[in-house]
Formats: sequence, structure tokens, C-alpha cells
Amino acid sequence: MSRASKYLKIFAYTYLIFLYAPALLLPIFSFNSSQIISFPLTGFTTYWFERLLYQETLHEAFKNSMIVAISSSILATTLGVLASRSSTRYNFTGKQISLTFILAPLVLPEIIVGVSLLTVLIQLGLSLNLWSVVLGHTLLIMPFSILIMNSAFNNLDISLEEASMDLGENQIGTFFRIILPLVFPGIMASLLIGFTLSLDEFIIAFFLTGTETTLPVYIWSLFRFPKELPTTMALGTLLLIVSLILLSLSEYFRRRSALSKDSILN
Amino acid sequence: MKFTFNNDTKKGWRLLSAPFIYSLLLLAAPLSLMFLLSFWTQDYLVLDKTFTLNNYIEAFTQPVYQLLFSRSLTISLTVTLFTVLLAYPMAYFISFYGGERKALWLFLITIPFWTSYLLRMFLWKVILGYNGVFNSFFIWLQVIEEPMTFILYNTNAVIIALTHGWAPFAILPIFVSLEKIDRSLLEASKDLGDGPIQQFFRVILPLSAPGVVGAALIIFIPTVGDYITPKLVGGTEGLMIANMIQVQFSKANNAPLAAALSVSSLMIVAFISIVFVLINRKYLRRY
Repeated sequence: MSRASKYLKIFAYTYLIFLYAPALLLPIFSFNSSQIISFPLTGFTTYWFERLLYQETLHEAFKNSMIVAISSSILATTLGVLASRSSTRYNFTGKQISLTFILAPLVLPEIIVGVSLLTVLIQLGLSLNLWSVVLGHTLLIMPFSILIMNSAFNNLDISLEEASMDLGENQIGTFFRIILPLVFPGIMASLLIGFTLSLDEFIIAFFLTGTETTLPVYIWSLFRFPKELPTTMALGTLLLIVSLILLSLSEYFRRRSALSKDSILN
Repeated sequence: MKFTFNNDTKKGWRLLSAPFIYSLLLLAAPLSLMFLLSFWTQDYLVLDKTFTLNNYIEAFTQPVYQLLFSRSLTISLTVTLFTVLLAYPMAYFISFYGGERKALWLFLITIPFWTSYLLRMFLWKVILGYNGVFNSFFIWLQVIEEPMTFILYNTNAVIIALTHGWAPFAILPIFVSLEKIDRSLLEASKDLGDGPIQQFFRVILPLSAPGVVGAALIIFIPTVGDYITPKLVGGTEGLMIANMIQVQFSKANNAPLAAALSVSSLMIVAFISIVFVLINRKYLRRY
């Protein structure tokens, strides 16, 4: 390796440490016995995790988050499958512009989406509840779902579809018996990513929940109490673990969907 | 594209209609209503629907909003610059020296960002605080004697936290554009007498420019409207336009002004992004 590449390597590792530093604090301080988050560490405890067992508002928020995350990931994946199937299989007028529009929430500042949704709900005189959060989250997750499904559908061999039609299966039958099973890993990946995104989403939930809070909104309210900091760290550690598991699973499914084309041919 | 209402068009739209209508109802309609609302006025809870430009006049002439707009833009442009400058060598390293471990490196980079955005920004508050991790760590090591105060509750803190928070959004697109570079072009430039530095500036950088432009936009557009970071680590000195929008919308009961501020920030962001893309296009045409 040349000298320049050696410096580059040192830089890469240093940068990686910078990227990891904050997340590593979560497990460290959630097991630290001091109420103050600072060095030196004072001792090991599982007290902060135990405390989580007795927070009833937390359990309520957890239940709400589950309802929102499950509903919005299913809704977004359903819409995403439709949009992605349409865009990968057919060429038609207005396709590009309407897809760009559907994907817009990927780059729009969330506060704009939140404020505008809230404006509509208030103007229509609708009450804010978990379902308004589900609608907002679906809008945000759908673009991710479309991107994941695009790669799943692009791996699909069109001749399999034609074979099924030649053998007398109709369109609906082909869809359920051929296409759906082949893109199933993609669907799982989309559901898992959508679930994780919804579980972690704060702004939309903050704007659109009425009295029923979701997990991030509950965490936000904890920030005001310095003595709850270690408990918040413990909760954060648990959330990190859940996210890691869900996203590893989704990565597994995504790889399978990328492989599916080859695995059929071999 | 030729306008034909053929079989494909019908089948395509039949599938696309549901997601498209969903976006119309939950994105286009709300944004349009917000646009309308920005031309109305609100007196406590009563909405006056006569057309007026007063909200925009207020948004662009009141010093407090001017300050928030310019601060939000400064912060977000600084963050964009720093993030891209840090991300480029990382992406370059992975693409050119990653070898067999490219996928592993990309995986390692994304893991820390699987924690929720809210928690990551909160962690920066814990790190940078007066009695925080950073200060207590260096006092413990006896590197410093007094806690450093210039790192929390100001724009610096917002910039540090955002530069960290958006890193993968810069690394990934730049990496993709570097991967797409045909390696035989590098050999050609070397054979024709380019040294490593000339090669970088004349071949690699121009060819990876689309990735850099993409990364810059992906970071610049959402960070202008960031609410969480300034609220958690910015103090009063680091508050940004999104915080004001939220205050006007809820506590101040002035939804039309909040709408005008939202529309204005979208317009400003769109304008800067378009100018940025056009300048790049003009510059890159030389290659």
C-alpha cells in the first residue's frame, strides 16, 4: 500500500469510531449504576431495566407503537407492491412523474409533511388519534417499500409469467401462484423495514397523536426529567436491539430476494 | 415518451392508481391546503379567508424570521459541506481499497444508524453537556480541568450532531458513483502520464460528481427543516426555522404564519437546490 492509502485507512477507521461512539454509550450507561451520565463509570446494575417493567405509560405507548407500526407497514407494503409492480412491468405515460411524486416524502422535510397533514385534519374537524399517525407513517414508509420491491420485481424473470399464462393460468392465478411467492422475501423485507421506520418515527407521531402517545413521543417526554436519563438509556438499548434484529432479518430476506432469480435457474 | 393509451397504460395505471391516489390525498392535498392557508389570517381560533400576502411579508421582513431562515440555511449548508468532505474519503477508501470486504464496510457504516434518529440526537446532548460524557471523560483523563461550554446549546452542537447523523446518506451515494467508474479509464489516464493527484482531479472527481451532488441534496433538503436536533442540542442560540413553525402552529395559534414559513422554506430550499444542480451541470459539461 502506498503512503496515501495508509493515511486513508487511518482516516477510515477514525471516522468509523466517530460514527459508532454515540450508539455505544447506550449499552454502557444503561448498565451504569449512577443516575448521572458521565465518566468514570460507577458500577454495574440492571436497575434501570427493571424500572421499565413498572412504567405503565411506557406499556401503553409500546402497545400504541405496535398498533401503528404493524398497520402502517402492512398498508405501505400493499401500496408499495402495487406501485412497484406497475413501474417494473409496464411502460406508460405519466409513470415517471407520478412515481417521483409518490417518492417525494423521502426528501421532504418531515416537519412540512407533519404540519400540512395536521392542517388538513384540523380543517376537516377530524379528531387526532392513532389512525392519523398510521396514515402519516404509511405515506413516509411507502417510498422505502417501493424501492425494496423494485429490486425484488426486477429480479423476476418475465418468461416464468408467460409460461404460467401459456399453461392456462389466468392473471390473478399467475399473480398469486408465481409472482407473489417469488417476491415474498422482498415483501418480508419491506414489512420489517417499514415496521422499524414507524417504530422509530417521531415528528409525524408528535404532530398527529392526540392523547395516545407512541414510544418515541413517550421518550421525548422523558427527556425533560434528568433523573429519568438512565431509564431512557435502558429503553434506548432495548430499542437498538429490536432494530438490529428486525433489520438483520430484513437484510436476510433482501439477499434471498436478490438470489431468487439465480436459484431458480440453477 | 410517446402518448399512447395502449394496453400497458391501462394495466400500469390500474396498479398504480391506489398508491397514486393515496399520495394525492395525503401529500398533494395537504400541501395545497397549507399553501392556501398561508394566504389567510387567523385571529385566535377564527380563520379569516380573505386573500392576503401579509404572512409572507411578515416572514421575509421580521428580523426574527430572517435570522431563523439564514441560520437554518447556514447550519444545513455547513453540515452538507462537512458531511460530504468526510464521507468522500471514506467512500473512496471502501471503493478502491475495500477489496473483498466492501459489503462488510458498508454494513458497518449503517449499523449505528439503526438506532432511532431521536435517540441519536439525544445522545449528542448527553455527550456534549456540561457534565456530559465528553467533558467528564477528558476531566477524568486530566486532559482538561474545566468543562468546555462552547460545545452544547449552540449552533456548533447542532452542526456536530447533524454531521454525524447524516453520514451514511453521503457515504452510500458517493460510494455507488465511485463504483460505477470504469477502472480502465484510470489505467488510460496513468498511461497518458497523469500522476495520482492529477488523476484524482481530472478523472475520478468529475466522474463521481453525480454521487456528490446527490449526497449534497439528500442532506441539504431535509436538514434545513430539522426539528429534533436544534430543539435538543441547540439551546436558544441554535434554534432553527422548524422550531418556529411548530411554535406558530401550536402555542402561538398562528397556523397561517406557520404555513407561510413552511412554504417559504420549501421555496428557498428548492431554489438553492436547482441553482446547485444547474451550476454543476454547467461545470461538468466540460468533461
